[in-house]
Amino acid sequence: MDKQNSLNQDTVKDKNLSSSKNEKFVYDNSIPRNFAIATTLWGVIGMLVGFVMALQLFLPDLNFDLSYLTFGRIRPVHTNAVIFAFVGNAIFMGVYYSLPRLCKTSIHSILLAKLHFWGWQLIIVAAAISLPLGYTTGAEYAELEWPIDIAITLVWVIFGINLIMTVIKRRERHMYVAIWFYLGSWITIAVLHIVRSIEIPYSFMKSYPVYAGVQDALVQWWYGHNAVAFFLTTPFLGLMYYFMPKAAERPVYSYKLSIIHFWSLIFLYIWAGPHHLLYSTLPDWAQSLGTVFSIMLIAPSWVV
Amino acid sequence: MEILILLIIISVGIAAGFLIAFLLSVKNRQYDDLYSPSVRILFEKNKIDDKDDRVDDIKRIKTLKSKNEI
Repeated sequence: MDKQNSLNQDTVKDKNLSSSKNEKFVYDNSIPRNFAIATTLWGVIGMLVGFVMALQLFLPDLNFDLSYLTFGRIRPVHTNAVIFAFVGNAIFMGVYYSLPRLCKTSIHSILLAKLHFWGWQLIIVAAAISLPLGYTTGAEYAELEWPIDIAITLVWVIFGINLIMTVIKRRERHMYVAIWFYLGSWITIAVLHIVRSIEIPYSFMKSYPVYAGVQDALVQWWYGHNAVAFFLTTPFLGLMYYFMPKAAERPVYSYKLSIIHFWSLIFLYIWAGPHHLLYSTLPDWAQSLGTVFSIMLIAPSWVV
Repeated sequence: MEILILLIIISVGIAAGFLIAFLLSVKNRQYDDLYSPSVRILFEKNKIDDKDDRVDDIKRIKTLKSKNEI
């Protein structure tokens, strides 16, 4: 198609010509580096708290009669620190390193990555302060009160934007299996956090969950089990599928099997939650469901 | 135990979402090649490690210097 421009030159626009120049982009390594530092720091702190707790089991005077250091109060500090601070930062470190490389593009927004990083650390600090002070919902792995729950939601959305937009903008058409694990984890954790933490605020650091009694118990262990599944397992399966071949300098034994691994896991895992409620007042059929799916999970586990 | 209704709807909903994602990705030819992705990740170019890129850069800098452009 010929078109005359203002300089009276003919310019030819051929829509079939694709731009064949090499595009240059950068992998920003400071993001995973920051998360790596945070992982190590919180790992040490979280495990130290756990160690103190262990000592308190036979040396109860190690709380020095301070309410802040009693076993009941520092227990959630330990669990939250090792799960959300230590493991959480490790997940982000691995994802922000591997995702741009798997997608052959830079991470979608460095600004969002920084907001993600500092937002997450602030949440952890808020937890480390509020839990010893006694502000707790009493729900395991969901002890943080409602303002912090809102912060978690916001930071998770920021993470999701970076994750999803980077995948959308990828230059590599095939989505390596690790990416599926990251996406699956992100979606399920979002649902789990929201459903578990629906609560009516009463005052600044006090709220009431919308569930009660045995119903709350079931929601709690649906959440608790699936948090273990989709926070502590699936992100690391994804990371494993990236870093292990890299470290061994060999491709994964069977890529086809890894695909089956992901898809079978994502369909089965969510149903295994009732195995925390065996012989409780949960209806028999739900207990059986949880047991059957738990046994079926042996299959994808053996894939690893 | 009415909470079971909510939990089952959510779980089935999530599962259905992933089923759709799976069917769409198969349709999108994501799984047509089940071997090369596992090898492709081993061939990432990290510029600092890539000797060819360094050589190219050095050549380019030399050319620009000889033309007095830098």
